[in-house]
Amino acid sequence: MSLYRLTLASENAVMVYFEQKMAADIAGLVQQAMPLIRQALGQHLVELLPSYASVLVVFNPFSCDHFAVNALLNKALAALSPNTSASGRRIELPVYYSEQSGPDLALIAKTKQLTIDEVIKLHQQQLYRVYAIGFAPGFAYLGEVAEQLAMPRLASPRAKVPRGAVAIADRQTAVYPAVSPGGWNIIGLCPTPMFQPDNDPAMPVAVGDEVQFVAISKAEFLQLGGEL
Amino acid sequence: MSHFEVDYFEVGYFEVLSPGVHSLIQDQGRFGQGALGLTNGGPLDASSAHWANALVGNGANALVGNSANALVGNNPNASLIECSIGGLQLKVHCSSNLCVTGASLALTINGKAKTLWQSHPVQAGDVIELGMVSQGLRAYLAVAGGFQIAPHFGSTATVVREGIGGLNQNGAKLQPGDKLPLRASAPLAPRQFANAMQPDFDFSKGLSLRLVEGYQQPLFSSVARQRFYLNHYTVTPKADRMGVKLSGPAIECTSQSLLSEGICYGAVQIPPDGQPIVLLNDRQTLGGYPKIGSVLSLDCWKLAQAPAGTVLSFEKIDPQQAHNALLLARAYDARLLAEINSRCSSAGADHDNT
Repeated sequence: MSLYRLTLASENAVMVYFEQKMAADIAGLVQQAMPLIRQALGQHLVELLPSYASVLVVFNPFSCDHFAVNALLNKALAALSPNTSASGRRIELPVYYSEQSGPDLALIAKTKQLTIDEVIKLHQQQLYRVYAIGFAPGFAYLGEVAEQLAMPRLASPRAKVPRGAVAIADRQTAVYPAVSPGGWNIIGLCPTPMFQPDNDPAMPVAVGDEVQFVAISKAEFLQLGGEL
Repeated sequence: MSHFEVDYFEVGYFEVLSPGVHSLIQDQGRFGQGALGLTNGGPLDASSAHWANALVGNGANALVGNSANALVGNNPNASLIECSIGGLQLKVHCSSNLCVTGASLALTINGKAKTLWQSHPVQAGDVIELGMVSQGLRAYLAVAGGFQIAPHFGSTATVVREGIGGLNQNGAKLQPGDKLPLRASAPLAPRQFANAMQPDFDFSKGLSLRLVEGYQQPLFSSVARQRFYLNHYTVTPKADRMGVKLSGPAIECTSQSLLSEGICYGAVQIPPDGQPIVLLNDRQTLGGYPKIGSVLSLDCWKLAQAPAGTVLSFEKIDPQQAHNALLLARAYDARLLAEINSRCSSAGADHDNT
């Protein structure tokens, strides 16, 4: 069975689909595919959007067409290896977990019949993979959250989620890079800026990296530049 | 020297007296930054924006053979202003040439009515006013050489939602008092886009959007697809630079939950309520709703210019037809531009003789 399939997305875009699941081996395939696609398409490439189990390939329709792009992709993706797991950097992100900084901690604890300390501990226990970056600049989708913590999105999204909010939705977690509306459950605040347009790189994480959350105190949070 | 070559002098500026309803700096858009979650931005009506630039000499085929101009202008990616709904007022602080295209509105320079889709020389002290739109929603104001604005992640396109791009690289829309830098230019012989060639912004008879099927198209039953093509949909007020929500007979999809995946320009997503959303320039880069296909890029401008209440339908085309349409449109534009430039050139020669 092929590791991927190609599907037309638009007049000048192709989706490369892998098995549709949130899993480390699939993330590994996405990561492997990116440089192969970049190299194969060269100047024809306009945009490349990786996600959990797919890569959107946008090409210049004035230099090639679907027929040519599919041929280039098939040739390049023949080099995919199913047994290579993703390799990324490991990045530690500090989190000030508390009822003050995490207004939904109590709700999660109650719903899941856990103590607040158990919720905090469970969130840190997992090593998360950066599966995708999108929705907003610097918004990294991390997975997977422990089954016991999987909380659905809020019934009614908040109009204003603070910058740095560490939040959970189903089996995903993320740090909000900027103040924005949002429906995820907030459990803490991270003082590390997730998107700094004037820095290079602009983000502390990239797709494929692994993230470890580490609890810090309120004093440490403030010392690291966090704002309450 | 022929009159369609632009002479550039020192750097000057246009001052924003009033930004009107919503005015943004745009270039052709921001590409290759998807891995950071940055969207494309760019003019909602790419064709009108292209012609605004082309008519002041910023087109791809203009000014060929003049190396000095190649250094300072001649850039189809030049930064211009997208003014939605109208009301923009600018004060000129250096000699330049400008052109306004797109939606129908009253353009005046120092209170005198001026023609849209035509270049006009201006000088320091002039006041440019755009009235409110009467047909269409977005107008484009370009200047010779383009506004000189520092790119942010490779583009000047303003994306307010992201806080990226624009005059101060912070995603801000234009504000009163903003100074928009440009290189001064000597008066150009006017370039004009013939009335008959201008796009029709009267959408009262409805419009048709060509669509290439793709993405999760197999998850829509043949009945659902028939319903999608045979019925009319109405543009709702939920329309902005991200996308346009339509209302009409609900389209059912056999699957409601997808892993989030890349969304391309023109993608038609069908959320659980069955009401299609066509995603445009400032769309989110990833999303998890099923998509039936993508509207042909050449037709997306219509959606961005169509007011709420406009009735539309979708017409399926295959990818080869879409590709042919793109190539034809580009060839047509190039021929039109060459004609405009040659007419302008001979007009300039006449002018020299009198």
